[in-house]
Amino acid sequence: MSGAAEAAEGGGREVAMRITVNRDGCCGAGQCVLAAPEVFAQGEEDGLVVLLDPSPPAELHDAVRRARSHCPTRSIAVG
Amino acid sequence: MTALPNERTCPFDPPPGLAELRAHRPVARVTLPAGGEVWLVTRHDLVREVLADPRWSSSTDGGFGPDQPLRAITPEPGMFIDMDPPEHGRYRRLLTPHFTVQRVNRFRPGIERIVAERLDAMERLPRPVDLVAEFALPVPSMVICELLGVPYEDRSAFQDAARTFADLGSSQGEIEAAMARLAAYLAKRVAAERDEPGGGLLGELARREDLTDEELVNIAIMLLIAGHETTANMIGLGALLLLHRPDQLARVREGAQGAADELLRHLSIVDLVMFRMAKEDLVLGGQEIKAGEFALTSLSAANRDPALCPDPDRLDVTRPKTAHVALGFGPHQCLGQNLARLELEIALQGLLRRFPGLRTAVPPAEVPVRENAAIHGLVALPVTW
Repeated sequence: MSGAAEAAEGGGREVAMRITVNRDGCCGAGQCVLAAPEVFAQGEEDGLVVLLDPSPPAELHDAVRRARSHCPTRSIAVG
Repeated sequence: MTALPNERTCPFDPPPGLAELRAHRPVARVTLPAGGEVWLVTRHDLVREVLADPRWSSSTDGGFGPDQPLRAITPEPGMFIDMDPPEHGRYRRLLTPHFTVQRVNRFRPGIERIVAERLDAMERLPRPVDLVAEFALPVPSMVICELLGVPYEDRSAFQDAARTFADLGSSQGEIEAAMARLAAYLAKRVAAERDEPGGGLLGELARREDLTDEELVNIAIMLLIAGHETTANMIGLGALLLLHRPDQLARVREGAQGAADELLRHLSIVDLVMFRMAKEDLVLGGQEIKAGEFALTSLSAANRDPALCPDPDRLDVTRPKTAHVALGFGPHQCLGQNLARLELEIALQGLLRRFPGLRTAVPPAEVPVRENAAIHGLVALPVTW
């Protein structure tokens, strides 16, 4: 993303967040769900990370960064 | 050569000496009490690096006694705690769906019932009561029985064996005998679950044809050991710490959300036991390390690192959740961590609400602390109310 891409939806001026997850690396600890349950879940069948919202609103950005920092397998990338 | 600082002078705090190493030599060559040299890692970022980096192998054993030299091992079938990726992942993924946040939350009513039953039983006993024997140990043991699907009629034998492991007074012979009894019992249980799979985790795993009986028994033993003593010691030591800190105790009783994680961080009861072996030459924190050398991570030092959170030596159960490593880090991070959080929260809140006048029945200095144990905790905690 080139510099400050703006979130078009909702007319917000916050920088958009793009999250990707690596399910192959995930160990199902659930730290992301504890940090940001609006954005992350765990699959019922395999317990691995499920991304509910790849581009969450600004008020969740701190929680997403916490989820990334707490993830034991560093399987969450934030761009 | 520096000796490993491994003795706690206060049961709640890391051994003195670790903080200085963390500040000046975060990757330090130290000698183990039983002999042998390792790289001791004390800084939060470097501990996380070791535990998450696949160049460090978990397939090690020993390091705790003169007759148990630190060495590389070939893990037993099913003992995935000792395995590296990708082999580790094959087993871990069989269990992951059973320990997710949402799956574990379904255990809440069951845990609340178990805690209430133990509190009822405590209330009927003559005071003082040993909180460790009557509450801290039985609660996690009963939770694991429910989770695995151990039938009610077998639970007392199961718990006797589990208690022998956790009891510091047990001799090596008693521990080995209890382990043999437990393995024999679990082999019988696995056979029964193969014939007629029950509703618990053992039944679910017994339906799988790609797991041998030996793997199943080893997985069950691992879950029992990993989930019993750790949680029990957190309940016992956590209760004692809160009794010393009435302001924090009040917050926990009121239901402070982050209390379990802050107690885990502050007490770091699993410390100086996570060894890793370098699979290749590498550099850690500027230190060159050769293939075949061992590292020992100090989770307590990492959890009191000023880089982790403000005022890290202060207990603050209202603190936002930190990136603490009390439950490990990397692909081996505690499988049962969400169950542990729930048990700790329900047990401590339940205890403090049931007995508002709870206090230790002996002077604080006389509460017996486990010495030289792999998992820190209390031998006993006499309480009254």
